[in-house]
Amino acid sequence: MAGARKPAEPAGRVSTAKPSRVEAAAWLMFSAGGMVTALLVPVLMLLFGVLFPLGVLTPPDHAGFAALLSHQLVRILLLGLCVLALLHWAHRFRYTLFDGLQLDRTRTAINVLCYAAVLAGSVWAAVVLFA
Amino acid sequence: MTYHQPVPLLWWTRRRSYVVFVLRELSSVAVAWFVVHFLLLVTAVHRGPGAYQEFLDWSARPLILVVNLVALAFVVLHAVTWFNLAPKALVVRVQGQQVPPRMIAAGHFGAWFVVSAIVAWVLVVML
Repeated sequence: MAGARKPAEPAGRVSTAKPSRVEAAAWLMFSAGGMVTALLVPVLMLLFGVLFPLGVLTPPDHAGFAALLSHQLVRILLLGLCVLALLHWAHRFRYTLFDGLQLDRTRTAINVLCYAAVLAGSVWAAVVLFA
Repeated sequence: MTYHQPVPLLWWTRRRSYVVFVLRELSSVAVAWFVVHFLLLVTAVHRGPGAYQEFLDWSARPLILVVNLVALAFVVLHAVTWFNLAPKALVVRVQGQQVPPRMIAAGHFGAWFVVSAIVAWVLVVML
Protein backbone atom coordinates (compact mmCIF):
# COMPACT_ATOMS: atom_id res chain seq x y z
CA MET A 1 0.00 0.00 0.00
CA ALA A 2 1.29 3.44 -0.80
CA GLY A 3 1.28 4.40 2.85
CA ALA A 4 3.39 7.46 2.03
CA ARG A 5 6.12 6.60 4.45
CA LYS A 6 7.92 9.85 4.78
CA PRO A 7 6.58 13.26 4.05
CA ALA A 8 9.36 14.40 1.73
CA GLU A 9 8.23 17.99 1.82
CA PRO A 10 7.81 18.66 5.57
CA ALA A 11 10.86 16.63 6.53
CA GLY A 12 12.87 19.14 4.54
CA ARG A 13 15.52 16.76 3.27
CA VAL A 14 16.10 14.40 0.43
CA SER A 15 16.88 10.79 1.14
CA THR A 16 19.13 9.17 -1.41
CA ALA A 17 19.87 5.88 0.37
CA LYS A 18 18.41 2.95 -1.51
CA PRO A 19 16.02 0.85 0.56
CA SER A 20 17.54 -2.36 1.91
CA ARG A 21 16.00 -5.82 1.70
CA VAL A 22 15.17 -5.67 5.38
CA GLU A 23 13.33 -2.38 4.91
CA ALA A 24 11.45 -3.87 1.96
CA ALA A 25 10.39 -6.85 4.10
CA ALA A 26 9.35 -4.52 6.92
CA TRP A 27 7.27 -2.49 4.48
CA LEU A 28 5.65 -5.64 3.06
CA MET A 29 4.63 -6.76 6.55
CA PHE A 30 3.41 -3.23 7.32
CA SER A 31 1.29 -3.41 4.20
CA ALA A 32 -0.17 -6.86 4.88
CA GLY A 33 -0.86 -5.85 8.48
CA GLY A 34 -2.46 -2.61 7.36
CA MET A 35 -4.89 -4.50 5.17
CA VAL A 36 -6.00 -7.12 7.72
CA THR A 37 -6.29 -4.56 10.52
CA ALA A 38 -8.30 -2.20 8.31
CA LEU A 39 -10.71 -5.03 7.49
CA LEU A 40 -11.05 -6.63 10.93
CA VAL A 41 -10.03 -4.35 13.78
CA PRO A 42 -12.74 -1.63 13.59
CA VAL A 43 -15.61 -4.12 13.98
CA LEU A 44 -13.82 -6.07 16.75
CA MET A 45 -12.94 -2.85 18.60
CA LEU A 46 -16.53 -1.58 18.26
CA LEU A 47 -18.01 -4.83 19.61
CA PHE A 48 -15.55 -5.85 22.35
CA GLY A 49 -14.40 -2.36 23.27
CA VAL A 50 -17.72 -0.51 23.31
CA LEU A 51 -20.98 -2.30 22.53
CA PHE A 52 -20.52 -5.54 24.53
CA PRO A 53 -19.09 -3.87 27.68
CA LEU A 54 -21.88 -1.28 27.64
CA GLY A 55 -24.50 -3.97 27.14
CA VAL A 56 -25.85 -2.31 23.99
CA LEU A 57 -25.54 -5.73 22.36
CA THR A 58 -25.56 -9.02 24.23
CA PRO A 59 -21.98 -10.35 24.42
CA PRO A 60 -21.41 -13.89 23.13
CA ASP A 61 -22.16 -16.42 25.85
CA HIS A 62 -19.10 -17.94 27.44
CA ALA A 63 -19.49 -21.57 26.35
CA GLY A 64 -19.99 -20.79 22.67
CA PHE A 65 -17.23 -18.17 22.60
CA ALA A 66 -14.76 -20.48 24.36
CA ALA A 67 -15.59 -23.23 21.86
CA LEU A 68 -15.02 -20.86 18.94
CA LEU A 69 -11.68 -19.73 20.38
CA SER A 70 -10.52 -23.33 20.84
CA HIS A 71 -11.09 -24.11 17.17
CA GLN A 72 -7.68 -24.73 15.57
CA LEU A 73 -8.34 -22.66 12.46
CA VAL A 74 -9.67 -19.71 14.50
CA ARG A 75 -6.54 -19.82 16.66
CA ILE A 76 -4.28 -19.71 13.61
CA LEU A 77 -6.23 -16.87 12.01
CA LEU A 78 -6.26 -14.82 15.24
CA LEU A 79 -2.53 -15.39 15.73
CA GLY A 80 -1.98 -14.17 12.16
CA LEU A 81 -4.11 -11.10 12.86
CA CYS A 82 -2.20 -10.29 16.07
CA VAL A 83 1.27 -10.76 14.55
CA LEU A 84 0.48 -8.78 11.40
CA ALA A 85 -1.19 -6.02 13.44
CA LEU A 86 1.95 -5.75 15.59
CA LEU A 87 4.23 -5.68 12.52
CA HIS A 88 2.02 -2.95 11.07
CA TRP A 89 2.30 -1.01 14.32
CA ALA A 90 6.09 -1.37 14.53
CA HIS A 91 6.80 -0.01 11.06
CA ARG A 92 4.42 2.92 11.27
CA PHE A 93 5.29 3.79 14.86
CA ARG A 94 9.04 3.94 14.29
CA TYR A 95 8.54 6.30 11.38
CA THR A 96 6.22 8.40 13.54
CA LEU A 97 9.11 8.72 15.97
CA PHE A 98 11.71 9.39 13.27
CA ASP A 99 9.70 12.04 11.46
CA GLY A 100 7.13 13.28 13.94
CA LEU A 101 9.46 13.66 16.89
CA GLN A 102 12.64 14.19 14.85
CA LEU A 103 14.36 11.21 16.46
CA ASP A 104 16.29 10.37 13.33
CA ARG A 105 19.58 9.88 15.15
CA THR A 106 18.33 7.03 17.31
CA ARG A 107 17.01 4.93 14.42
CA THR A 108 18.81 1.72 15.37
CA ALA A 109 17.71 1.79 19.00
CA ILE A 110 14.10 2.54 18.02
CA ASN A 111 14.10 -0.25 15.43
CA VAL A 112 15.43 -2.77 17.94
CA LEU A 113 12.89 -1.73 20.60
CA CYS A 114 9.93 -1.79 18.19
CA TYR A 115 10.66 -5.20 16.71
CA ALA A 116 11.57 -6.65 20.12
CA ALA A 117 8.09 -5.55 21.20
CA VAL A 118 6.62 -7.30 18.14
CA LEU A 119 8.45 -10.49 19.09
CA ALA A 120 7.30 -10.30 22.71
CA GLY A 121 3.72 -9.55 21.66
CA SER A 122 3.71 -12.42 19.16
CA VAL A 123 4.94 -14.90 21.76
CA TRP A 124 2.28 -13.62 24.19
CA ALA A 125 -0.39 -14.01 21.51
CA ALA A 126 0.72 -17.59 20.74
CA VAL A 127 0.73 -18.52 24.44
CA VAL A 128 -2.71 -16.98 25.04
CA LEU A 129 -4.40 -18.27 21.88
CA PHE A 130 -3.00 -21.80 22.07
CA ALA A 131 -3.32 -22.15 25.85
CA MET B 1 28.68 14.06 6.33
CA THR B 2 25.18 14.89 5.31
CA TYR B 3 23.58 18.14 6.18
CA HIS B 4 20.20 17.84 7.86
CA GLN B 5 18.19 20.98 7.76
CA PRO B 6 16.75 21.46 11.24
CA VAL B 7 12.99 20.99 11.35
CA PRO B 8 10.90 22.33 14.22
CA LEU B 9 9.33 19.65 16.41
CA LEU B 10 5.81 20.85 15.66
CA TRP B 11 6.23 21.13 11.89
CA TRP B 12 3.09 19.06 11.37
CA THR B 13 0.76 21.62 13.00
CA ARG B 14 1.21 24.06 10.12
CA ARG B 15 -1.22 22.50 7.70
CA ARG B 16 -4.38 20.46 8.03
CA SER B 17 -3.01 17.77 5.70
CA TYR B 18 0.07 17.42 7.92
CA VAL B 19 -2.13 17.02 11.00
CA VAL B 20 -4.17 14.28 9.28
CA PHE B 21 -0.89 12.64 8.27
CA VAL B 22 0.36 12.57 11.87
CA LEU B 23 -3.01 11.35 13.21
CA ARG B 24 -2.99 8.60 10.60
CA GLU B 25 0.51 7.57 11.65
CA LEU B 26 -0.55 7.60 15.30
CA SER B 27 -3.38 5.17 14.49
CA SER B 28 -0.77 2.41 14.77
CA VAL B 29 -0.78 2.92 18.55
CA ALA B 30 -4.52 2.16 18.58
CA VAL B 31 -3.83 -1.00 16.56
CA ALA B 32 -1.28 -2.11 19.17
CA TRP B 33 -3.76 -1.32 21.97
CA PHE B 34 -6.36 -3.45 20.19
CA VAL B 35 -3.98 -6.44 20.27
CA VAL B 36 -3.40 -5.95 24.01
CA HIS B 37 -7.13 -5.57 24.80
CA PHE B 38 -8.03 -8.54 22.60
CA LEU B 39 -5.43 -10.84 24.16
CA LEU B 40 -6.65 -9.85 27.65
CA LEU B 41 -10.15 -10.78 26.48
CA VAL B 42 -9.02 -14.21 25.21
CA THR B 43 -7.12 -14.80 28.47
CA ALA B 44 -10.29 -14.01 30.44
CA VAL B 45 -12.39 -16.35 28.29
CA HIS B 46 -9.91 -19.19 28.88
CA ARG B 47 -10.10 -18.58 32.64
CA GLY B 48 -13.84 -19.14 32.73
CA PRO B 49 -17.26 -17.44 32.73
CA GLY B 50 -16.50 -15.39 35.87
CA ALA B 51 -13.27 -13.94 34.50
CA TYR B 52 -14.98 -13.22 31.16
CA GLN B 53 -17.74 -11.22 32.91
CA GLU B 54 -15.11 -9.42 35.00
CA PHE B 55 -13.26 -8.45 31.83
CA LEU B 56 -16.43 -7.03 30.28
CA ASP B 57 -17.14 -5.08 33.50
CA TRP B 58 -13.56 -3.78 33.51
CA SER B 59 -13.94 -2.69 29.87
CA ALA B 60 -17.10 -0.79 30.83
CA ARG B 61 -15.20 1.37 33.34
CA PRO B 62 -15.10 5.00 32.16
CA LEU B 63 -11.33 5.16 31.67
CA ILE B 64 -11.09 1.95 29.62
CA LEU B 65 -14.22 2.89 27.70
CA VAL B 66 -12.75 6.27 26.74
CA VAL B 67 -9.49 4.60 25.69
CA ASN B 68 -11.46 2.15 23.56
CA LEU B 69 -13.59 4.90 22.00
CA VAL B 70 -10.47 6.89 21.07
CA ALA B 71 -8.85 3.70 19.74
CA LEU B 72 -11.99 2.99 17.71
CA ALA B 73 -11.84 6.46 16.15
CA PHE B 74 -8.19 5.92 15.23
CA VAL B 75 -8.69 2.45 13.71
CA VAL B 76 -11.60 3.78 11.66
CA LEU B 77 -9.31 6.62 10.48
CA HIS B 78 -6.72 3.98 9.59
CA ALA B 79 -9.26 1.89 7.63
CA VAL B 80 -10.68 4.89 5.73
CA THR B 81 -7.28 6.35 4.80
CA TRP B 82 -5.98 2.87 3.93
CA PHE B 83 -8.82 2.04 1.54
CA ASN B 84 -8.68 5.53 0.02
CA LEU B 85 -4.99 4.93 -0.79
CA ALA B 86 -5.63 1.46 -2.23
CA PRO B 87 -6.09 2.71 -5.84
CA LYS B 88 -2.58 4.20 -5.72
CA ALA B 89 -1.08 0.83 -4.81
CA LEU B 90 -3.29 -1.28 -7.03
CA VAL B 91 -3.75 -0.52 -10.70
CA VAL B 92 -6.07 -3.03 -12.35
CA ARG B 93 -6.58 -3.38 -16.10
CA VAL B 94 -9.51 -5.18 -17.64
CA GLN B 95 -9.31 -5.73 -21.40
CA GLY B 96 -6.65 -3.07 -21.74
CA GLN B 97 -8.77 -0.49 -19.90
CA GLN B 98 -7.67 0.76 -16.52
CA VAL B 99 -10.30 0.21 -13.85
CA PRO B 100 -11.15 3.69 -12.46
CA PRO B 101 -9.40 4.37 -9.10
CA ARG B 102 -12.76 5.13 -7.53
CA MET B 103 -13.94 1.59 -8.33
CA ILE B 104 -10.84 0.10 -6.67
CA ALA B 105 -11.50 2.13 -3.53
CA ALA B 106 -15.19 1.20 -3.62
CA GLY B 107 -14.25 -2.48 -3.84
CA HIS B 108 -12.12 -2.18 -0.72
CA PHE B 109 -14.86 -0.36 1.19
CA GLY B 110 -17.28 -3.07 0.05
CA ALA B 111 -14.95 -5.80 1.33
CA TRP B 112 -14.66 -3.92 4.64
CA PHE B 113 -18.44 -3.87 4.97
CA VAL B 114 -18.82 -7.58 4.13
CA VAL B 115 -16.04 -8.69 6.54
CA SER B 116 -17.46 -6.50 9.33
CA ALA B 117 -20.97 -7.86 8.75
CA ILE B 118 -19.76 -11.48 8.88
CA VAL B 119 -17.79 -10.89 12.10
CA ALA B 120 -20.73 -9.09 13.71
CA TRP B 121 -23.11 -11.82 12.61
CA VAL B 122 -20.94 -14.57 14.10
CA LEU B 123 -20.42 -12.74 17.41
CA VAL B 124 -23.87 -11.23 17.89
CA VAL B 125 -26.28 -13.64 16.21
CA MET B 126 -24.56 -17.04 16.15
CA LEU B 127 -22.98 -17.00 19.60
